[in-house]
Amino acid sequence: MNATAKKPVKRMGLLIDYEYCTGCHSCEIACKQEHNYPVGRGGLKLTEFLTERPDKSLRIDYLPFPTMYCNLCKSRTNDGESPSCVKHCQASCIHYGSVKKLAELMESRPHAALFTPI
Amino acid sequence: MGEMGERVVRMGAWSAGPGCHGGCGVKVTIKDGKLTKCEGDEDHPYLQGRLCPRALALTQYIYHPDRLQYPMKRVGARGEGKWARISWDEALDTCEDKMRTIRDKYGPESMVFGQGTGRDAGGYIIFLAYAYGSPNWTLFGLSGISCFTPRLAAMSMVMGDFTFPDAAQFSPQRYDDPEWKAPEVLVSWARNLAGSGCTDHYFSGHWAVDMMKRGTKLIVIDPVCSWEASRAELWLQIRPGTDGALALAMLNVIINENLYDKEFVTKWTHGFEELKQRVQEYTPEKAAAITWVPAEKIVKAARMYATAKPAGMRFGQPLDSNREATSTIHALNCLWAITGNIDIPGGNVITRPPFGVTIYPYSTQEVIDLYGEEFVANLTKKRIGADRFPLVKNFRAWALSDMVLEQMETQKPYPIKGLWCQTNNFLANTAQDPKRHYEAVRKLEFNVVVDTFMTPTAQAIADIILPAGSFPEKDSVFTTGVPINAIQKVIQVGECRSDWEINFELAKRLNPQAVPWANVRELMTLRLKATGLTFEQLAEQSWTMAPKNHKSGTVPYRRHEKGQLRPDGQPGFRTNTGKVELYCTNYEKYGLDPLPYHREPIESPLSTPEIWEKYPLIMITGRRNSAFFHSEHRQIPWLRELSPFPEMEMHPETAAPLGIKDGDMVWIEGVRGKVKRRARLTPTMHRQMIHALHGWWLPETDGTSPNFYGVWDLNVNQLIPMGEQSTSGFGGAATKTMLCKVYKVKDEEATV
Repeated sequence: MNATAKKPVKRMGLLIDYEYCTGCHSCEIACKQEHNYPVGRGGLKLTEFLTERPDKSLRIDYLPFPTMYCNLCKSRTNDGESPSCVKHCQASCIHYGSVKKLAELMESRPHAALFTPI
Repeated sequence: MGEMGERVVRMGAWSAGPGCHGGCGVKVTIKDGKLTKCEGDEDHPYLQGRLCPRALALTQYIYHPDRLQYPMKRVGARGEGKWARISWDEALDTCEDKMRTIRDKYGPESMVFGQGTGRDAGGYIIFLAYAYGSPNWTLFGLSGISCFTPRLAAMSMVMGDFTFPDAAQFSPQRYDDPEWKAPEVLVSWARNLAGSGCTDHYFSGHWAVDMMKRGTKLIVIDPVCSWEASRAELWLQIRPGTDGALALAMLNVIINENLYDKEFVTKWTHGFEELKQRVQEYTPEKAAAITWVPAEKIVKAARMYATAKPAGMRFGQPLDSNREATSTIHALNCLWAITGNIDIPGGNVITRPPFGVTIYPYSTQEVIDLYGEEFVANLTKKRIGADRFPLVKNFRAWALSDMVLEQMETQKPYPIKGLWCQTNNFLANTAQDPKRHYEAVRKLEFNVVVDTFMTPTAQAIADIILPAGSFPEKDSVFTTGVPINAIQKVIQVGECRSDWEINFELAKRLNPQAVPWANVRELMTLRLKATGLTFEQLAEQSWTMAPKNHKSGTVPYRRHEKGQLRPDGQPGFRTNTGKVELYCTNYEKYGLDPLPYHREPIESPLSTPEIWEKYPLIMITGRRNSAFFHSEHRQIPWLRELSPFPEMEMHPETAAPLGIKDGDMVWIEGVRGKVKRRARLTPTMHRQMIHALHGWWLPETDGTSPNFYGVWDLNVNQLIPMGEQSTSGFGGAATKTMLCKVYKVKDEEATV
């Protein structure tokens, strides 16, 4: 390796601990406010899954999906702040960090999804 | 601090803006006199920076082109939609003049002061009403004042105070406070904690999620399969309006199986033997037939709740809507009392205004503390409903909504001539039987509406419209929850004024002696005295919290043991017997049943089988939605996008034989009328129930008579009567229990 080679940039992502996502929509609106996105566009899109368990009861899961408009709140994270959705999530179930760290965190979560939108 | 010319101010958020009952803290960014951002305040103990969608959409609310921005007077007929801009001087001159005329001619009681909910409403409306001299402060339109007050009344009578589950909200350290314990079990009873989108003050819904992460198991009692029902250890899918029967059967199990806290019962309760006898009538099997919850689940829930220590219980507005609300809530109160879960870490903690500071009175004592016993006693003589309902007379000083309406119609025993309507959109939202309200109010001589947007109500009945400010446009203080928050004016929008400012100035004109302060801030400073802070100092630090063992008795735990609850300083509770009254002596004194019981809803499969045969579905309305606060926010683009259509939710298996597909327009028809909605099919619904969100109107449509933004097509309250309030007076709006049928609309009717 020569002295001019760039230090590898850590891949950053969002971990959604969807065991606890209540579907409150705070992440979606936090994102819209941060980026001033109009109706019809957003960095996160909340999705709902209704699954029938073997005993016929329902399991409801919500999962915010980071779209192509998510830039992981670059301007905020550059200033040492967390992405707006992470900060405002009422269930505190969105985590931001390096993929490596998030994957470690994921080990202990019963239901989680790791996203790398950029 | 952010960019040049920007400043960030911390404050409490309290409607208008998010709507809601307040509690959280925000940081707003101001640039060139405009609010450019609203974020959560991470240094605020209520939500640690988390925030609801409505507060996050605040910029769209504040700068919406349809905001009311200056006072207006009506220049056409009522409902014609012809308005002329006027100055504040002219607006207040007119209000003063008309209200003086009514007072001189008929007496001050002839003017009704109606509020809705949310905002800091009660504080400034009672302030104006009392300065004017009218006892008739009411939650206008809502039958039985069926929101919160029935709870407060019942718990105040039974144990002298009201409780909320302990989520360490009284400690700035919150969950890290070493004294706090996570409840082993939290009962979410008719509440939909997290799904309500945080509209709360004393207990924020997502605190339940915080507790789940710390090991708390949920028992959820809800006719609808909510997110938390799907995550619960035990979910009881109850038939709406039968909560009392369920609570009594749970008491039956807990008492008969000796699962109660004997030491607490012996030492701190009154009337256990009488309660024991009463609950024998409510076996799990009998309750199962009433509630539609299988008996084994009732038994399991009772055992699970009683053997957990600590256990918390949070219940919601549907209990206030029970046919006998104050009796049902009495039964719930017995549950946390006999299991010894009062004022212990992780149990149900007694909740009083921090430091004893009142801005918005929640009890009789607080009203008396603010206005004096003699003055209040004199007003009570003419307060509507006080002569007929002793509980209404003796608790909190509301005029009873059902009787206010009746008196507007009959003009007896004395005439009603005007309505001051502030934070209330009764035509679209608050009132049951809204047409009856419309007909009654449009005949009055003088009506004022104070609001942030034009509403169906303002269009239909107002003579003068006054534009109110959102929360960053006003100075106010939040005390109905912990901590105390300052709200401060940091921006000006058009000529909007804060509700407090409007009422303060008008009160001063109408009765200068009653308003000796120079401005609202001076009044707030006076009321904040017990905190040791002026309004400015509180605003500077944004919030404050009373320390543990504060002499005001407003901080847990075990205050009944320490003598911190009673005015005489003795151990015990603030009741006649000093104990938690399972047998309620005040109810007895007021001619009410001193023991809890269940009574069927006005329409139900059991009480009106002949109606059930023709209308085989139970209509639930009033469930919360995180995008909207009641009838607010329908015009806010980011929020409306979350919930664009006025819907009716139904189980797909119920819809199939009716030929109803997802997205079809349908009629919901009851005995009293029908409304049009768009069907959304979801297996979260019970097969014999539907849900229709309340508060719908379409700000994008014609606001003039007779359309009024589509309210008559959409407002499900047209299926619900007034005048069927609980025996005590408080409670009973049948918002969860009316029977209906649903069928497709014909193509030519399919607008909306």
